[in-house]
Amino acid sequence: MTCRHSDHGENRAGTDGVIERAPVVDRRELFGLGGALLAGGALGSLFPREAHALTEAPVPAVENARAGGTLDAVVHPEPPTLAFFMNTATPTRAVVSKIFDGLVDYGPDLKPRPQLAESWETSADGLTWTLKLRKGAFWHDGTPFTSADVQFSAEVVWRRYAPTAKRIFQYLTKVEVPDAHTAVLTLSKPTPVIINALDVVAAPVLPRHLYEGTDIPNNPYNNKPVGTGPFVFKEWARGSHIRLERFDRYWQSGRPFLDGILWKIIPDVSGRANALETGLVQYGERNPVTFADADRLAKSDKLVVNKDGYNGFAGWLWLIPNLRHPILGQLKVRQAILHAINRDLLVKTVWGGYATPATGPVSSLLKTFYTPDTPQYPYDRKKAEALLDEAGFPKQADGWRFKLNHDFIPFGDDYRRTGEFVRQALRAVGIDVTLRGLDLAAWTKNVFAEYNFDLVSSWGINWQDPQIGVEQHYWSKAEAKGTPWFNASGYARPEADKLLEAAQTETDPARRVAIYHDFQKLAQADLGLLNILEFRWFGVWDARLRNVTNTFNHSQSNFAHVWFEQSA
Amino acid sequence: MLLPLLRRLLQLVGIVLAIAVLDFILLKSLPGDLVDVIASESGSVTPEYLAELRRLYGLDRHYLEQLVAYIGRLAQGDLGFSFRYGEPVFGLVLDRLPTTLALVGAALTLSVAVGLLLGIAAARRPHGVTDTLISGLSTLGYSAPLFWIALMLIVLFGVKLGWLPIGGIRDVSARHSGWRGSLDVVHHLILPVATLSIYYVAVYARLSRASMIDVLTEDYIRTARAKGAREGRVIFGHALPNAVLPVLTMLGVQSSALLGGSIVVETVFAWPGLGQLSFEAIKSRDIPVLLGVLLFSAVLVVLSNLLVDLVQMWLDPRVRRPRTASAAEPRARTEQPGRLA
Repeated sequence: MTCRHSDHGENRAGTDGVIERAPVVDRRELFGLGGALLAGGALGSLFPREAHALTEAPVPAVENARAGGTLDAVVHPEPPTLAFFMNTATPTRAVVSKIFDGLVDYGPDLKPRPQLAESWETSADGLTWTLKLRKGAFWHDGTPFTSADVQFSAEVVWRRYAPTAKRIFQYLTKVEVPDAHTAVLTLSKPTPVIINALDVVAAPVLPRHLYEGTDIPNNPYNNKPVGTGPFVFKEWARGSHIRLERFDRYWQSGRPFLDGILWKIIPDVSGRANALETGLVQYGERNPVTFADADRLAKSDKLVVNKDGYNGFAGWLWLIPNLRHPILGQLKVRQAILHAINRDLLVKTVWGGYATPATGPVSSLLKTFYTPDTPQYPYDRKKAEALLDEAGFPKQADGWRFKLNHDFIPFGDDYRRTGEFVRQALRAVGIDVTLRGLDLAAWTKNVFAEYNFDLVSSWGINWQDPQIGVEQHYWSKAEAKGTPWFNASGYARPEADKLLEAAQTETDPARRVAIYHDFQKLAQADLGLLNILEFRWFGVWDARLRNVTNTFNHSQSNFAHVWFEQSA
Repeated sequence: MLLPLLRRLLQLVGIVLAIAVLDFILLKSLPGDLVDVIASESGSVTPEYLAELRRLYGLDRHYLEQLVAYIGRLAQGDLGFSFRYGEPVFGLVLDRLPTTLALVGAALTLSVAVGLLLGIAAARRPHGVTDTLISGLSTLGYSAPLFWIALMLIVLFGVKLGWLPIGGIRDVSARHSGWRGSLDVVHHLILPVATLSIYYVAVYARLSRASMIDVLTEDYIRTARAKGAREGRVIFGHALPNAVLPVLTMLGVQSSALLGGSIVVETVFAWPGLGQLSFEAIKSRDIPVLLGVLLFSAVLVVLSNLLVDLVQMWLDPRVRRPRTASAAEPRARTEQPGRLA
């Protein structure tokens, strides 16, 4: 099977997911048309997915777009570094995705859209990937972007530094560059997940002329990056701001619309709410303010509070039971714990409605791979108590069945409150839970390096493919003592391993999706993780800002097509 | 004059060394290291990658070996390198130092000046109306939590009235330069300085009130009054120099507390100073940065105490001409009458 996606004309038109001269009347129709074009035309047939209608169609309006204006945005917390090819922290992604373009970008429907790669082709055996690269793209220092940059990045950066690429491209054997704008990747095993992992952070493309032969982790350009993206890095005043300015030689003419982006660093959550309210900043993403403040700001007609644009950043929260623990190792106890927690109430009270109960490890936002058809454990306190009795843990004279420590993930108040909710729910069925608050470094060490825990909360992102975001939590071979966010529960089930490994090399997209459906059913039956809820991230921005949600992930949108309706 | 200075500088070396060793051991005994933090931020790394990072950052070596290497570099004036920031620690700290010094310096100056005046006013007639009012207010200022005061000031002056900026050190969108730039910074300083000062004004007001009441009952004050000195001269010429001594001692002690206490204020007001830098460093186990901040603070505290001693020597002849003990020790004040003008 050869998938061709090289109709350049159509690809270019769809580059920012936007049809520039469509005979449009109605926003809905425009979006439908865009979806149809993307699905059936240039980019379809990779996976037999449908064009997913979103709750609210993004308004892909570049007609009459106004150029100009600087966007003041808030980034939180301050990025630890801009060396995104080593540390992929979310605030780093948010800033760097404007400075660098990836090989491809993804739309709200999670389908690839050309960025530095104009088209891509896979050989029938899935072992050769041919990327046709964009001509007329430049690095911010004026050097032309060529296949040599991709070759260097793949051979050195992906192999040694980039965390996602290191896993995804583990079977990469060579990278050939027949000409300045073609790169041919050869693999020793088919790796179909690659098409879902070619974005700017997963497969970073660095300027060869500035990095080759240098001490890459300490390269001076790490924190004053030179990219190919629509915005040029100007300055980073630590603790204060990061200034980006429009790149005049960006490959797409007329883009970006904005003159620049000024990222302001505001560490305090109420400070961010004040800044958005007073207009000091006009954009904040990934829950920039508390849920209460979000509801308050939503009432302002100057601001938009919106949950779109996170289909590729589908986060979910789960509890990790330590399966090595003699009590938690029992399936009935784990079932009882899920039955004991009223997740609808948790979502409403603690998460202010900015979440929804999870049905399994794959988020319902990742529509291609998601199935709701899995074993469920609805809130039922009586059933929970009955299961605990059956498991052999009746209530003792003191009213308790057994003791557990619950260490919530130390990512802020919402997670602490979730921990309090869990404690309360489990105490109600006779489990004596002690809640412990640790700091991130200590928590990470306990959970992932020493497996020294009973029950902890944790969260993660599905990304564009379960192989990137889910597999590592269930695959027994992913268990790697000391490595955060990998299988820590001790879950090891040959059937699960078999499914996950089959999906890694299955080149038929439909078959691959079916494998992941089977896997979700098994995961929910075994309860290696207790999946609690799916996040619904929200962003807050100025009502005059256009085209903000036209992305798979706010934290990684390059903002080339974002514009202000009136003068800012 | 020279000898105490020299002694202080020698002490400084010892203090710096002790702080470096102690903090290094304390920080290293915290569970988790920088690589754990980086890995937990990244979400998807391999064990080989973590091992590579640890080797790169020198975290795979024995603690003692790391400590010796650190002290060795320190002796050459090298504060180390922050792998998290990808920059030498010295530059990182030096970048933040002026912003914190501006905040703390302004707050200290304001608190001492206002606190002293309030204390004097209250001491003039103990338990009178002014005193009751000032004592009451200072108790309030003393007990209200900093972050709450900060948020209330922001809501009132920043959000509701819109008079003052709600955070940051300058209006980065406007890009002022020259005197307009300085004015802009002053504008941004008002709220954080006010917040930080409310607590310290209260402290100094209470302290100087007590000390002033004490001094005003001294014989030499009665003598001054008896020889017909006017009230202003009695208070500011005779009583104040003695009453101010405990306040100065307190100031020396508190210069260190202020550096730490500014963490809250820096966070709430997005003030990019040392407080925020060190808080981030603790969270991310960025030990070289934290050690760097602590060492800088130690030097600052020792230097500010030295300055306080010098001022006290100038104000108090007993400190200037020691009979037995170390010149640096401030004396109990009430044993002898102070200098008579």
